[in-house]
Amino acid sequence: MPVMTYREALALTLREALQEDERVFIMGEDIGAYGGTYAVTRGFLAEFGERRIRDMPIAESIIVGSAVGAAMAGLRPVVELMTINFSLLAMDQIVNHAAKVRYMSGGQVKVPLVIRVPSGGGNLLGAQHSQSLEGWYAHVPGLKVVAPSTPADARGLLRAALRDDNTVLFVENALLYGTKGEVPEGKYEIPLGRADIKRAGSQVTLVSYSRLVLSCLEAAQRLAGEGIEVEVIDLRSLRPLDMDTVLASVKRTRRAVVAEETWKTGGFGGEVISLIYEGAFDHLDAPVGWVAGAEVPMPYARNLEKAALPTADDVIKAVKKLF
Amino acid sequence: MDKARLLEFLRQMLLIRRFEEKSAEMYARGKIGGFLHLYIGQEATGVGVIAALRPEDHIVTTYREHGHALARGLEPGAIMAELFGKATGVSHGKGGSMHLFDASKNFWGGYAIVAGGMPIAVGLALAAQYRGEARIVLNIFGDGAVNEGEFHEALNLASVWKLPVLFLCENNLYAMGTAIARVSAVPEVYRRAAAYDIPAQRVDGQDVEAVYEAAQAAVEQVRSGRGPYLLEAVTYRFRGHSMADAVLYRTREEEEQWKARDPIELLRRRLEKDGQLTGPELAALQAEAEQVVAAAVAFAEASPPPPPEALYEDVYA
Repeated sequence: MPVMTYREALALTLREALQEDERVFIMGEDIGAYGGTYAVTRGFLAEFGERRIRDMPIAESIIVGSAVGAAMAGLRPVVELMTINFSLLAMDQIVNHAAKVRYMSGGQVKVPLVIRVPSGGGNLLGAQHSQSLEGWYAHVPGLKVVAPSTPADARGLLRAALRDDNTVLFVENALLYGTKGEVPEGKYEIPLGRADIKRAGSQVTLVSYSRLVLSCLEAAQRLAGEGIEVEVIDLRSLRPLDMDTVLASVKRTRRAVVAEETWKTGGFGGEVISLIYEGAFDHLDAPVGWVAGAEVPMPYARNLEKAALPTADDVIKAVKKLF
Repeated sequence: MDKARLLEFLRQMLLIRRFEEKSAEMYARGKIGGFLHLYIGQEATGVGVIAALRPEDHIVTTYREHGHALARGLEPGAIMAELFGKATGVSHGKGGSMHLFDASKNFWGGYAIVAGGMPIAVGLALAAQYRGEARIVLNIFGDGAVNEGEFHEALNLASVWKLPVLFLCENNLYAMGTAIARVSAVPEVYRRAAAYDIPAQRVDGQDVEAVYEAAQAAVEQVRSGRGPYLLEAVTYRFRGHSMADAVLYRTREEEEQWKARDPIELLRRRLEKDGQLTGPELAALQAEAEQVVAAAVAFAEASPPPPPEALYEDVYA
């Protein structure tokens, strides 16, 4: 299998969509002449022209809202928001409009829209550029939220998102862009709402998504050296959420840890933990462990930022507490 | 202007007026719940502008949109059924008064977030331009929308891309209970268009002929590919913001002054003065409005509510 970066997997998949379907076009801040903040769309403007690759004013609400309108009219826009932090300026269009128009019209309209958002901390970017707010969007019926952790998943999930008839928030942890992985040959889709067992194990189920899956895999590797066999489940999709895979695993291993990059309070990890208790309480040999980010705005200083983000060490500690 | 067109305006305005009066009655009787925003007093604006459109042109509007829906030709019975929360409603009972949709008539919704429909209207116009279609988008909003960021973002993008949008501000002077002049640095909405290099005009929103003529010129400009246009129609809602409004923020004198400029009365007097409307003709139009609205209520009454399984339908495509 070819090896490529997460960034290359996204770019390849976007390029194919533009080639295959005239209805697809991309809108975002600095995606064209500048080449994309994270360089995903570098070269696209020269290849596809200004009609398909649209540099936008810094005005997130009109970026998303005009994409919603274009999608309602039957086009298939792709929006790149510079980061998930800036998506808050478009929250009205995402939550009040994209997620609602189909339902409140009685099913008369569709909003086939992909909104790509870099997310997460760890880049020394401070409090306003380092949040992982995908859980907020996963709260909202009418939206789909996807957060792949590997280049292969990024390619398959993006292709599925681009063909979905709903609004999909496609979350890309910014630290993943340069990561490499094997990617299957050819074009393929990974259905939204299907978790993936990234590593099989029999004693603990470790549930995570996006970049922290990589820390979980590292933790599992190290724990195996100590004789603890950990199963790592990558949710891949927060909404729809594949709890069947999680519960089946927990019922086998009888122990679970949920790991997420951001705050516990009101967040997505707590959601997964409640669903584990609801669906597998009688199977548990220990309370579900929980690894999350520090409950602070992200600090800038290298040491403090590092302390705010969960690591493989934190995951190992949480797993060991279950025994 | 020819008599047939003016009579058609009168017919539509009488229908809207009667529909809204009956809606208020049905609300008082508990048949309609939630918020109900009546269009009484503003009929000339929607009727005059929508008459200048083609059927393929899109409409995106606000939560005070019963009149716009009727002027666009949505079925009165299906609109009333939507207000009643019935399965036969235009939005299958899931939208309500504030969210009337009929995609088959290019009526893309009432939106209940102030200015929230504006980016969507711009997007529909973008789609038309992207595909090389001749259709334009009418985006209706109130004076309350003009201090929202989405207003400015929408005007800017529509202008910079020369998108075919006719922005229609129905300026009824109050955003709920707040007079536009109290909270706006530039209360003359049409003047704001200059900031985005968009041609604009203010028109008497009580005079359906003036509205229609201004709209025709605006539509022509927009359809020519030269970009958006902003039309400000100054009007007045004769009732409160919604049924819950005690109307404490304006004087009875002001209301009486505006009611003396009732758009229906203005047109009726004009037609009668010119000998273009006889008593029997007017009576026939009034009887028609009465009959259509009565039939709409009967249809809504007789319709079933959405089935329980509709609760989970159409969350996703």
